[in-house]
Amino acid sequence: MLLTSIIYGFVNSIILSLIALGFNLTFGISGVANFAYGALYILAGFLCWIFFNTIGLPYVLAILFSVFLTAISGLLLYHLVLLRIRGMVLAEVIATFAIGISVLELFKYFGFIGFEYSLPVFIDKSIDIGNVTIDMQRVLIVISGLILAILLWIFTHHTRLGLRFRGIAQNERTALSLGINSDLVASLSVSLGAALAAIAAIVILPLGTITVESGYDVLINALAVCIVGGLGSTGGVIFASFLIGYAESFTAYYLESHWVMVVPLVAILSILVIKPSGLFGVHKELEERI
Amino acid sequence: MAKRKERIDRGIKVRSEDIFALLSWKEMLYLAFPRLIPIVGLLIAPLFLNIYWQRVLISVCVFSLLAISWDILAQSGMISLGQSLFFGIGAYISGVLNHYFHISPYITICLATLLGALLCTLLLLPVLRLRGIYFSMVTLVIPLMLVRIIEATKIFGGTEGLSGLDSFGSPWIEVYMIVVILLICLFGFRRMMDSDYGLVLRAINDDDRSVINAGINIYLFKSQALFISGAIGAFTGAFVTHVYMFVGMPVFALDYSILPIAAAVVGGPGNLAGATFGAFILVPLSELLRGIGGLRIVLYGIFLVVFIVALPEGIFHFIKRKYFQFERWVEV
Repeated sequence: MLLTSIIYGFVNSIILSLIALGFNLTFGISGVANFAYGALYILAGFLCWIFFNTIGLPYVLAILFSVFLTAISGLLLYHLVLLRIRGMVLAEVIATFAIGISVLELFKYFGFIGFEYSLPVFIDKSIDIGNVTIDMQRVLIVISGLILAILLWIFTHHTRLGLRFRGIAQNERTALSLGINSDLVASLSVSLGAALAAIAAIVILPLGTITVESGYDVLINALAVCIVGGLGSTGGVIFASFLIGYAESFTAYYLESHWVMVVPLVAILSILVIKPSGLFGVHKELEERI
Repeated sequence: MAKRKERIDRGIKVRSEDIFALLSWKEMLYLAFPRLIPIVGLLIAPLFLNIYWQRVLISVCVFSLLAISWDILAQSGMISLGQSLFFGIGAYISGVLNHYFHISPYITICLATLLGALLCTLLLLPVLRLRGIYFSMVTLVIPLMLVRIIEATKIFGGTEGLSGLDSFGSPWIEVYMIVVILLICLFGFRRMMDSDYGLVLRAINDDDRSVINAGINIYLFKSQALFISGAIGAFTGAFVTHVYMFVGMPVFALDYSILPIAAAVVGGPGNLAGATFGAFILVPLSELLRGIGGLRIVLYGIFLVVFIVALPEGIFHFIKRKYFQFERWVEV
C-alpha cells in the first residue's frame, strides 16, 4: 500500500537522520571523520544489553549508563588517540577506522551473535493511522528524533557551549584567540557525537536484534546521509535523510526489497557527480573540491 | 649539560652516492645489499619451504602486492579504506570468465587485471574531484555494498560463490609467479615513483593546487594512479581466485582492506619497500597466531593505532636510517 510506504518511509527517514546526526556533529565541529561511529553505536547497544540482562539494572538506568559510558569512550577516543594526530586527515581516518573495526570484531569474537541479543521495546503497543498499523517503538523513534533535532538546534544556537562549538567549526584559530579551548571543545564534540550514537542505538535497536554487521550498516548510512546532505550541515543531513529514507521505502515498494541496499550507494555516487559538496554544503565547496 | 642527538651520514653512504660507487666492491655491495636481500631471499625461499609455508609465502606476497597498491594510491593523496574492492573485482572477473566461458587461468588473469583496473577506475572516477576523506568514505562503502548486491541478487553464485575453478596445475608455478610479479612490481613501481611521473603524483599529495597552477591536469594523473593501483589489486584477486579455485563473497572481506593498510603503516608508508616489509612481518605473525581466529583483525587494528600514534614513520624508515646514518650525543 502506498500509505504504508509513506508512513514507514517517514519513520525510516527519521531513523537515518538520528543515525547521521552524531557523525555529522563531530565532523562539523572538530573536522574529525569518526569512522568508529558504527562501533560506538553497537557498543552502546551491547552495554545496555549487559546492564539490563547480565547485571539486572532497571531499563532506564541501563539506558542512562550506556549512553554515559559511550560518551566517556568517545572522550577517551579523542584524548588517547585523536589528540595526537589531529589535523592529519590520513592518520585520523585510519586510526578511527581501525578502532571501529577492532571493537566490532572484538564483540564478534566474544560471541555476541544471536537472537537473544535484543533490547526490549519501551511500550509494547501499536496504533493505527488510517488503516496502517504502526508499533509504538516507531512512534517513539519519530518523537525522539524530532526532540533531539530541536534540542540540538537550541544547544548549538542558544547556549554558551554550543556557540563555542560553532566558533570552533567556523574558524579554529580565531576561536582560540578569543579564549576558547579548542581541544576541550573538540573532545566534547567527539563525546557528544558518541552520546548521540548511543541514543540512536537505544531508540532504534529494539526494532530488531543487535548484530555486529549493523555497525557497518550504520556507518554506511551515516556516511551516505552526510555526503548527500553536505558534511557539517545539520539542515542538509535532515533533508538528505528524508530523501534517502523515502527513496529506500519507495524502492522497496515498487521494486524489490533487496535493491534497498543499493540506494545509499547510488545516492552517494550520483551526488558526487552532480554536486560534490553535498546539497547544502555550500560554503565549504572550495575546500573540499579541489 | 644538555645533550642532543646528532645524526650524520655514514662515510660509505656518501662515497657510494654517485658514480663513485664504482670505486670499490665494498661500496657496490653497500648499495646492492638491501636490494639483494628481497630478490635472492624470495627466489630461494620456496626451495626450502614445505607446502604449508609455501602457501603462507603466497599470501605474504599477495598482501605485499595489495599493500603496494594501497601505498601507490596513498602517495598520490588518495587514502583507500577498501582495497578489497580492487581485489574482489579482479577475483570475480577472473572467476566468472573461467567458470562460464572456460577460459584458461593465464588469460583470465590478464583480462581480469585490465578489466578490473578499468572498472575500479570508472567506479571511483566521480570521487576523484574531491579531496580528503570523501575518497576514503566511498572506497569504504563500495565493497560492503557489492557484497550486499551479490547476496541479494544471487548473481555469480550468490552466497555460495563459484567453486571448482581451474588452478595453475603446479604449486611451483603459483609460488614463483607471485614472487616474480611481486619483485617486478616492487622495484618497477619504486622506480616509477622516483621518476618525473611519480614526482607529479607525490606533488598531488603534497599540494594539489600548486600542481594545478603548474598547468598539470591532476585528474588525469590521479585516474592513472588509480588504474595502476587497481591493476595490482585486481591481479592479486585473480591470482588468489585460481590458487584457491574458488571465488565468493569473502573476497570483499575486511581482511583484504585492513591488512594492506596495516602492512603499509607498520612497515612505513610513502615507500613501497616499507609496505612490502610490513606485509612480511604481519602475515607470518598472523599465521603463527592462527589459533586466535577472529581476533586477528582486532590485532591488526591495534597495530594500526599504535603505529599511527606512536611510530608514524614505520619500521622500514627506522632501519633505513640506521643503515645510512650513525648517531651520537653532542653537547648543546
